[in-house]
Amino acid sequence: MTSADTLRAFKRDGRIVVVGASLAGLRAAEALRDEGFTGSLTMIGDESGEPYDRPPLSKQVLTGWVPADGTTLPRRRDVNAEWLLGVPASGLDLATNQVRLADGREVPFDRVLISTGVRARPWFVESEAALDGVFVVRTREHAEGLQRALAAGPSRVLVIGAGFTGSEIASICRERDIPVTVAELAPAPLVGALGAMIGEIAADMQRAHGVDLRCGVKVTRLEGDAQGHFRRAHFDDGSTVDADVAVVALGGIRNTEWLRGSGLAAGVWGIACDTGCRALDLNGLITDDVFVAGDVARCPNPVYEYRLISLEHWANAVEQAEVAAHNMVSGQADRWPHLSIPLFWSIQFGVNIKSVGVPTFADEVVVTQGSVSDHRFVAAYGYRGRVTAAVSFNNAKWLDHYRQLIETAAPFPPPCPTPDQPVDMKPVPVDFPGPVLLAQGATVVVTGHDPGERRVTAVQQHR
Amino acid sequence: MTTTEMPDTLHRILDYSSRADPYPLYAELRETPVALQDDGSYVVSTYREITDLLHDPHLSSDVRNLSHPMPGAETGATPAFINLDPPEHDRLRRMAMRHFGPPHTPGLVTGLEPDLTAIVGRLIDDFAGKEQIDIVDDFAYPFPVTVICHLLGVPREDEPTFRLWVNDIINSIDYDPRTDPKEKLDNGVQARQALRQYLGGLLEQRHGRPGDDLLTRLANDDGPDGRMTDEEIISTANLLLIAGHETTVNLITNGMLTLLRHPEVLQRLRDEPGLVVALVEELLRYEPPVHIIPWRAAYSDITVAETVIPKGSQIMLMLASGSRDPNRFHDPDHFDPDRRDNQHLGFGSGIHLCFGGPMARLETQIALSELARRLDGPSLVADPPPYRRSPVLRGPIHLHIEQT
Repeated sequence: MTSADTLRAFKRDGRIVVVGASLAGLRAAEALRDEGFTGSLTMIGDESGEPYDRPPLSKQVLTGWVPADGTTLPRRRDVNAEWLLGVPASGLDLATNQVRLADGREVPFDRVLISTGVRARPWFVESEAALDGVFVVRTREHAEGLQRALAAGPSRVLVIGAGFTGSEIASICRERDIPVTVAELAPAPLVGALGAMIGEIAADMQRAHGVDLRCGVKVTRLEGDAQGHFRRAHFDDGSTVDADVAVVALGGIRNTEWLRGSGLAAGVWGIACDTGCRALDLNGLITDDVFVAGDVARCPNPVYEYRLISLEHWANAVEQAEVAAHNMVSGQADRWPHLSIPLFWSIQFGVNIKSVGVPTFADEVVVTQGSVSDHRFVAAYGYRGRVTAAVSFNNAKWLDHYRQLIETAAPFPPPCPTPDQPVDMKPVPVDFPGPVLLAQGATVVVTGHDPGERRVTAVQQHR
Repeated sequence: MTTTEMPDTLHRILDYSSRADPYPLYAELRETPVALQDDGSYVVSTYREITDLLHDPHLSSDVRNLSHPMPGAETGATPAFINLDPPEHDRLRRMAMRHFGPPHTPGLVTGLEPDLTAIVGRLIDDFAGKEQIDIVDDFAYPFPVTVICHLLGVPREDEPTFRLWVNDIINSIDYDPRTDPKEKLDNGVQARQALRQYLGGLLEQRHGRPGDDLLTRLANDDGPDGRMTDEEIISTANLLLIAGHETTVNLITNGMLTLLRHPEVLQRLRDEPGLVVALVEELLRYEPPVHIIPWRAAYSDITVAETVIPKGSQIMLMLASGSRDPNRFHDPDHFDPDRRDNQHLGFGSGIHLCFGGPMARLETQIALSELARRLDGPSLVADPPPYRRSPVLRGPIHLHIEQT
């Protein structure tokens, strides 16, 4: 058989398993059928319900405007799959091409797509995390519980962590006229994602909306009452805050533990893959039949010096899933690279925040359009004299232009005057640890001496 | 090689004899995506370059940034937001949107649906007994005019008066000093003044009065940006009145013409009413009502397709050509209501994306659905039909049909 024959036979009768039945998994399944794959398709997901959309969970759901179960993802076409829901995958055997489920079942595949995403990072003390009134927000159930707690009219909400999710939740609280304290380890909200300059603006926005914002502090202890209900939080500066609800918004943990021992380059940093979404094994070799997409993937981006970058972005999940699906049913010569420029949005305190590119991949930032004091502007990010990202506050329609600047490695700062340009267009340091941060955490040990024996072992760390 | 002097193609497009089918000329134009004209202006005709420019903050909509003044430009009058740049554009558009769309007035357009259906129904009822129907005069013109008058709060019976002014204004939009008599331009300037005066008179009666029409709400309602000045309200109303019907007339008429040329699609529309949504999108790509954005200015030097357009240059964006660019759309000259990935330029793009787009969509969806449902074996009396003068807002001046 020629390779074309093999491919045709696979598209007709092959077995594809998708592990992770959320946005990326569903869109990949639809794309596989669009690409003419008629073989068997199995969707494995640890949650029991149909795939749903997450962005509304920290926004419309918490206002009570949309019920938590009202965010089911629209099906763009019938995917004709077998759905194995409510049971997580527990292992991947690349010698026998089988996915193991937690209940002991084994699912064979010819090709597998891993899109297991991330889960919420829980509060680090288990007994305190279990207090009534302590929440994380990642799933539909989480959002439903928190929405009920907010509807009950708490005297105060404590949000731990002022990233996007924490800031959105604080915004909702103020919209519902609930007193809210935000505790953030960094000097300002959103600093980790967007840097110090935007962080200061975000801090102003929060304070202007009546948020009790406390930066540079760490929450050390969550205290409950005799009934096991959260009542008070202790800070490392000795102060305390009394509240009925605590929302732990400390980011996510990639769901890769089930791949331990599989031989894939998977760990806290995600699953490494090439731009074709083919997973790398621990030694950095491309696997042939294992593909990755969505929050859990860690993909090199040529625009960003080929660094491996993992993104928890809605658009990235969709686009990567489509590329992965295409490549799963295409021959070597027809494969696509996943090269889209990252896109991200948030809505908080009445402001639409949108970014294009990778803002953390920058050493300088400059406001190029609009007015910071009016909270409507565009800021461009640059690294070593070229544009690498842009962030807009209530000005999103311009971002396509900045995407083009990023794609064409345009000089930073952008030189020509535009209408509505700030008088002083001076770049300032972005105040990140820099792109170095992107590569953190991938620790391995190399063994062997001869080329034929050299192998890598992972130093596993999950925290 | 992206820049050559190619005055001929553009002038052939602008010439009235090309009105019925400018598309082969657009294809010729696209061979040079950014074409310098002998008068120093630039014509941009390919999808990628047009969208790049529409998202480029260096492209100005304010003709005061042209190094050579636009003929007939109004002096002293406050421009409507379509002719302004940020931050003024953003502020005025935001203030107008408060009363027209989400988040403050989310249900306005969809709430009009029963009214629109009723108006369309009455117009089609009036077809009864006519041997020939003119889709333009009997339907596609009176429908959106009635709607925009109602929405703005302009008396419907004043239509014969403002119709003359609007005609003169539309006529002057594509004024070419090399070929057109100056009278055409002067008429346009006078008509603008007359229309402003008329709207100013209406506005005076609205101050301090309650009411639900846009003029009254703009006159009395304060938002976070404060209140528009009377001059600003008049400019905004002027824009919405003209743009609110001149373009929709052409979209509906072009749509009916296209359906009559594709009877199999007309039949499908009768059988699957849900098809109308995608069909109107395809019309906006295939036979759009706005063909050209004739007046944009380079605020700084702009580089597009390796061509530097110098600061102050006039830029013409050939939207209808971009929507037929084979480098963007598969088989672009094929009318395909099932087309996916249909990101056409029918409503432009970027911050000036058509303000009335949602309403134009709904009006056209209802108009074409009802025409398809109620006309009995319609056929064209003349193909091509006679066209209006304008190459910018392109559409038939009459579309006579007969029923079996």
